[in-house]
Amino acid sequence: MSDLETKPASNTAAGAQVNPSNSKAGQWVSHVIADLGKNGIFVALIVVVVLFSILTDGILLRPQNISNLIVQNGYILVLAVGMVMVIIAGHIDLSVGSVAAFVGAVSGVFAVTWGLPWWLSIILSLLVGALVGVWQGFWIAYVGIPAFIVTLAGMLIFRGLALAVLGNANIGSFPGEYRALGNGFLTDVFGEFELDPLTLGVAALAIIALIVQQVRTRRGRASYGQEVEPLVWFIGKLVLITAGIGLFAYALASYKGIPVTLIVLAVLVLVYGVVMNRSVFGRHIYAIGGNLHAAELSGVKTRNVTFWLFVNMGVLAALAGLIFTARLNLAGPKAGDGFELEAISAAFIGGAAVQGGVGTIGGAIIGGLIIGVLNNGMSIMGIGIEWQQAVKGLVLLLAVAFDVYNKRRAGGR
Amino acid sequence: MTTNILEMRGITKTFPGVKALQDVTLNVARGEVHAICGENGAGKSTLMKVLSGVYPHGTYTGDIVFEDEIVEFKDIRDSEAKGIVIIHQELALSPYLSIAENIFLNNEQRGALGLIDWNKTNSEAVKLLARVGLRENPTTKIMDIGVGKQQLVEIAKALSKRVKLLILDEPTAALNDEDSDHLLNLMLHLKGQGITSIIISHKLNEIKKVSDAVTVIRDGKAIETIAKQEVTEDRIIKDMVGRDLEHRYPDHTPNIGEEILRVEDWTAHHPQDATRVMVDNVNLNVRRGEIVGIAGLMGAGRTEFAMSLFGRTYGSRISGKVFKAGKEIKTRTVTEAIDNGIAYATEDRKTYGLNLIEDIKRNISMASLGKLVKGGLVDDNEEFKVANEYRTSMNIKAPTVLAKTGKLSGGNQQKVVLSKWIYSNPDVLILDEPTRGIDVGAKYEIYAIINALAAQGKGIIVISSELPELIGICDRIYTLSEGRITGEFPITDATPETLIKHMTMEKAR
Repeated sequence: MSDLETKPASNTAAGAQVNPSNSKAGQWVSHVIADLGKNGIFVALIVVVVLFSILTDGILLRPQNISNLIVQNGYILVLAVGMVMVIIAGHIDLSVGSVAAFVGAVSGVFAVTWGLPWWLSIILSLLVGALVGVWQGFWIAYVGIPAFIVTLAGMLIFRGLALAVLGNANIGSFPGEYRALGNGFLTDVFGEFELDPLTLGVAALAIIALIVQQVRTRRGRASYGQEVEPLVWFIGKLVLITAGIGLFAYALASYKGIPVTLIVLAVLVLVYGVVMNRSVFGRHIYAIGGNLHAAELSGVKTRNVTFWLFVNMGVLAALAGLIFTARLNLAGPKAGDGFELEAISAAFIGGAAVQGGVGTIGGAIIGGLIIGVLNNGMSIMGIGIEWQQAVKGLVLLLAVAFDVYNKRRAGGR
Repeated sequence: MTTNILEMRGITKTFPGVKALQDVTLNVARGEVHAICGENGAGKSTLMKVLSGVYPHGTYTGDIVFEDEIVEFKDIRDSEAKGIVIIHQELALSPYLSIAENIFLNNEQRGALGLIDWNKTNSEAVKLLARVGLRENPTTKIMDIGVGKQQLVEIAKALSKRVKLLILDEPTAALNDEDSDHLLNLMLHLKGQGITSIIISHKLNEIKKVSDAVTVIRDGKAIETIAKQEVTEDRIIKDMVGRDLEHRYPDHTPNIGEEILRVEDWTAHHPQDATRVMVDNVNLNVRRGEIVGIAGLMGAGRTEFAMSLFGRTYGSRISGKVFKAGKEIKTRTVTEAIDNGIAYATEDRKTYGLNLIEDIKRNISMASLGKLVKGGLVDDNEEFKVANEYRTSMNIKAPTVLAKTGKLSGGNQQKVVLSKWIYSNPDVLILDEPTRGIDVGAKYEIYAIINALAAQGKGIIVISSELPELIGICDRIYTLSEGRITGEFPITDATPETLIKHMTMEKAR
């Protein structure tokens, strides 16, 4: 592509950013539209939620169901966090489902067969996940075999190992603390109430923290002369988000309180959000996915970054395996079947690009939630598994098609 | 005016917010070679896309008259049916298919039952190849022939479509001098056969050589069409940049200090074939404030030398010593090279220099993220500030540093690459073809930046295939041939003739 060809488009996109309109109202509207366009995936989640709450006569939004949504999809969301990072770097991981099953089985040996303390079992299991990552990362990063092949092999290898560890049997009856990872709640810490005060308190703290952080970021950007969004829209968005968190917390508080899975997820999203946006490691992941050669020639240790990326994915796959095993209270041979596809779908629905270089943790989480709401909503409606599959496939296709269309439009072509 | 094969009348093309073309009129006489030149982003390619139907009728205003009839192309097929064929800078050939298969791609020579007639395909291909002067077996795969020959295959393909008007978009940008000459002669030859051509080019000497008329486009407007006898480089340049370019190279008063980098006995072998010597016992040095040129033909080992030195990013079995200000240093990895104050700006900025889907800011910070880390995290605001400073000081033309580098013009992309390396604060900068594919005005700016860096006491190595450029900006020039240094000339002794003589000096066999 010649330089000339793209230049007018650049002026276009840029022009829209800098001088959207002279009138203030016009500026405001164009900013809101641009923002909605950028966060189309968020809008899509809201649409899906509204649609299914109508189709299920409101059952979808009942407190118990909202709580279930989180707990049932926790392990997919954990995988989606790791998967989107792998995809941003331009790789893929097909083995996560098998790794989750393998680690689940191993944790069964630790916690049940050997009777190790729950905390030690969890730590050892995560270490096993890390070792799996070391194995795959070695082949991908240092030997240079495509991740697709290595993890396809891993999918078979670790499924096989999981079966071998289980030896044709299920391992069950995990200790209570272990099980809490999958279906525990922080309930009634302050005694029994209609609405759990702890949940509401945590939500209030989260809202305050969010507002403080947003205001500080905005101030920081403004003090460096960066463009900030119109104040009205900024406040409007905060009000909307506050309301969303508030309603969500209300639902949790009127059921059993905060699921342990949600705590794990919240920590992951916060930590990995910062890693991807603000750490050198995260920047290097985007750089590798965007242009491997350029990253290499800029001094990025591309092999090391890739290696650690897969170690990280191994640990997260292990964590997902633990959560799933804990939830079922059973380490079985079928565990983790198809997880990799749901995690990959989540990342792509959430806006990650197949070629790499593009994607966000938040997007992957929302993508995972969309899949979760689809699963849950259709189950409530009594739609059979065959149609659920078909619908999910269609949604994945449409989501990516929409993304491609959007990018083409933004590119001025 | 029936002598004109093509008349584009009052073409205006707007993209949302931008007028890419404004009332452009272009008349091309039958059987001439018509050159179009202009700076990057002036609108040359847009005009050709309007002509070839990439931008269909209705998306622009104005009329296209081809062979005395008003045409309204819906897509490229439409324009090709009329005999207008455009060959883009990036060739549209499939590397794994044969020459013949590529020529007849989507125009297959069919025999009985609609199946492909391979004998006919190959024999027709041979005829076409003869017309473009390419002696290759038609069954040879495209990936096995060089870029120059691939260009000829493209032209053969155009001929197979009974082309009347051939449009070549910067056809020689990736060719060496010999292949360029062949291509230009071919254009003249085809002209003899009655084929009209439009050539888009930056290279003023080749425009002078082949064209019968030159139309200069600037800022989406046709400035003037100059007839062959009135074409001078100065006039074209003046039209292109809109001002007299008194000096093509900024004044440079060298202030040369002590030696900053010395390379001794540097040897590197081909990465796949470790017996092939690509860089052969190179010795050179650079002093503070000095601009040193490396002149060599393509394949002489220029880039191979630079990249093997810069963190061993090229080659195998690399040996030799590097001294920085008299002290031996190692440059085994890119990080080590950067830490030792060496920077390398690649000749191929799109493949090796930039993350095109990322913004200016993140590209500039890429090689020195560590500098922006506060409390373990990258300081976004500081990064924005730094990038903005470079946007101003380097005159990067973009509305904000949040613009994606993929959407910048070549000159501005190059400024981003340079910003990245200047921000890494090196003592020695190796600039590989720093002005390739960028327009005259931006070149001048790049030269000024190079001068400013030298004035700060940095040592600069410039690798270039344009001799006037090296002679215009360097203080000293090495010539390189077959991986060996064949000469070293202070600028006072460097004439194009001596340089070329040493650049083509072959090994005694």
